[in-house]
Amino acid sequence: MSDDPVIQTAGLVKRYGQLRAVDGIDLDVRAGDVYGFLGANGSGKTTTVRMLLGLVLPTRGEVRLLGEPMPRAARRVLPRVGALIEGPAHYGHLSGRANLALLDAAGPGGSRRTRKARIDTVLEQVGLAGVGRKPVKAYSLGMRQRLGLGAALLRRPELLVLDEPTNGLDPQGIHEIRDLLLELHRGGTTVFLSSHLLAEVEQLCTRVGVLDRGRLVLQDQLATLTAPTGATIVQTPDPGRVRAALDGRVLRTDGDRAVVRGADPAEVNAALVAAGVPVTGLALERPTLEEVVLAAASTSADRVDAPGERSRR
Amino acid sequence: MIAVELRKLFRRPRTWVTIGLLNGLPVLVAVLLALTDLAPRPGEGPVFLSAVLTNGTLYPLAALAIVLPLFLPIAVSVVAGEAVAGEAQAGTLRYLLARPAGRTRLLIAKLVAVIAFVLVTVVVVAAVGYLTGQLLFDVSPIGGTALSGTTLTSQEIAGRTLLAIGYVTVSMLGVAAFALFFSTLTDSPLGATLGALAVLIASSLLFTLDAASAFAPYLPTRYWLAFVDLFRDPVLWRDVVRGVALQGVYVVVLVGAAWANFTTKDVTS
Repeated sequence: MSDDPVIQTAGLVKRYGQLRAVDGIDLDVRAGDVYGFLGANGSGKTTTVRMLLGLVLPTRGEVRLLGEPMPRAARRVLPRVGALIEGPAHYGHLSGRANLALLDAAGPGGSRRTRKARIDTVLEQVGLAGVGRKPVKAYSLGMRQRLGLGAALLRRPELLVLDEPTNGLDPQGIHEIRDLLLELHRGGTTVFLSSHLLAEVEQLCTRVGVLDRGRLVLQDQLATLTAPTGATIVQTPDPGRVRAALDGRVLRTDGDRAVVRGADPAEVNAALVAAGVPVTGLALERPTLEEVVLAAASTSADRVDAPGERSRR
Repeated sequence: MIAVELRKLFRRPRTWVTIGLLNGLPVLVAVLLALTDLAPRPGEGPVFLSAVLTNGTLYPLAALAIVLPLFLPIAVSVVAGEAVAGEAQAGTLRYLLARPAGRTRLLIAKLVAVIAFVLVTVVVVAAVGYLTGQLLFDVSPIGGTALSGTTLTSQEIAGRTLLAIGYVTVSMLGVAAFALFFSTLTDSPLGATLGALAVLIASSLLFTLDAASAFAPYLPTRYWLAFVDLFRDPVLWRDVVRGVALQGVYVVVLVGAAWANFTTKDVTS
C-alpha cells in the first residue's frame, strides 16, 4: 500500500451567515487508510463530506480528492469514488436493479456493456442477490441501506466515502457489512467512514479524525492514540495491599483494580508476588477511543485555537 | 443523461395518469355535445367548439382549446416543478450529483424531458380529440370552414393542426421555464409548481385589466390562444410570431437564471 494522499483539505471553511459550520480543517487521508471521521451531531461532519464530493461549495480552502482539485475535476474524479451520503435514496417505484442501472447511466465511467454484470456482482456483495423485481418502496430500512452501499460499489471505486453505513441494520447485518468493508480494504480500497459509533470506528479504522464544532481537534493513527500509557492495571481482591507493597507507584485504585506506574507487567507482578499480594490479572493500560475522543472534544469546547493548529502534527 | 431523464419520466406511472386525466375533460365535453346537440353559439365557450357538431375534423383543436387555459399548464407545472425539487426531496439529487451527473448536464436533461412531456401531452390530446371527433361527430369529407368563412381542404386542416400542436407546445415552454427555475430555488416540488401557477394566474388576471395594458404584450399568457389565427384565411401570422418570440425570451431568461442558481448552490438536501 502506497502513501498517496487520497483526501486532502487545506484550511477548509464553510460559513452559513454568521455560523462557521466547518472552521478551517486540514484532513489528510492516505491510500490504504480506513479513516474514521468522528464527531457529534452538528459538528460539521456532513457539511465536510458534502464539500469533499462537490455538493456544498467551500467558503474558503481547498479540497483535493485522489490528487485532483474538487469540485473542478469532479467529472474525472467522482467516477472513481463511491459514496453513501446521509442515508440511501432511491426511486421508490422502481426495482433495486433498475435504480442501480439508472444511476450508473447518469454519469461517466460506467460502461453500459458491463453494467448488468456489475449490478449482479454488487447485489451479491451486499446480500440482495435474490431481491427480484420488488419496488424499492417495499424494501426495509436495512435493505435500502444495502442497496445504497451497492450503488456506491458499482464502479469498483478506489475511495469509498460512507456516512453511517450501518444505520438501520441489525447486528447480523452490521457484522456482514463490516466484513465486506474489510474485504474491500484488503483489495486496496481506501475507506472514509463518517460515524458517531465509536465502537464501529474502533473495530474498523486504522486512522481517526475527530471533529468538534467545525474544527478537527484530533487526527492520528488509531494505534498511536490508543498506545499504552506506561501504566499497568493490576486485578486483585485487595487493592489496599498493592498500595502498601508498591509505595508511591500506585496511581489510583477502584473496586478490585489498581493502576500502577510501570510499563512492564512482569516486573510489577514479581514485586507484588514477592510481597505476598494475590494477583488475579495484569494488563497494560491503554486509553479507549472513547476516552481519547471525549478528552479531545471537551478541551476544544473552551479552547480558541488558530484554525487547524492542533490538527497538524 | 437525457436518455436517463426520459426513461425516468416516461417509466413513471404518474406521467401517464396525468396525461390520461388531461384527456378526460375534452372527451366528456364531446360526449355531452354529441348527446345533447347543444353546441355553444359561435363566439361563446371555448374556441372551435361551436363548429364541431357540423365538422368533427376540428375536434383536436377544440380539445386543445379546452385544456389550454388551465389543465395543460397545471400538468406542465407539476412535471417541471418536480424536475429538480423532486429529486432534492427524494434525496436522489445528491447521489446524481455525486455520480457525477454534472449540474449543467442534469439541468439540460431535465429541460429536454419537460419539453418531451409537453410535446407528448399535446400530441396525445390532439390524437384523442381526433378519435373522439371522428367517432362522435359528422365528418365533412371535403375539409372544413376557416374561421373567416372560406373553405379549407382536409390537407390544409391537417397541416394547420400540426402547426397548432407545435404552437401550443411552444406556449407551454414559458410555464415550464418558470416551474423549472422555481424548482432550482426550493426543495419542495409543490412549492415550485404552485409558484409557476401563481405566475400564470397573475398573468391571466392582469391581461383582463385595462390599467395593466402597458405590459399586456409581455404577459406569458398573452398569445396563448393565437393558434386560432392559424385557421383564418389567409393565416394571421402576427400574434403567432409574437407568441413564439415571447416564449423564447421567457425560456432563455428563466433557464439562464435556473442555471446560474443551480450551478452555484449548496446541495444540502
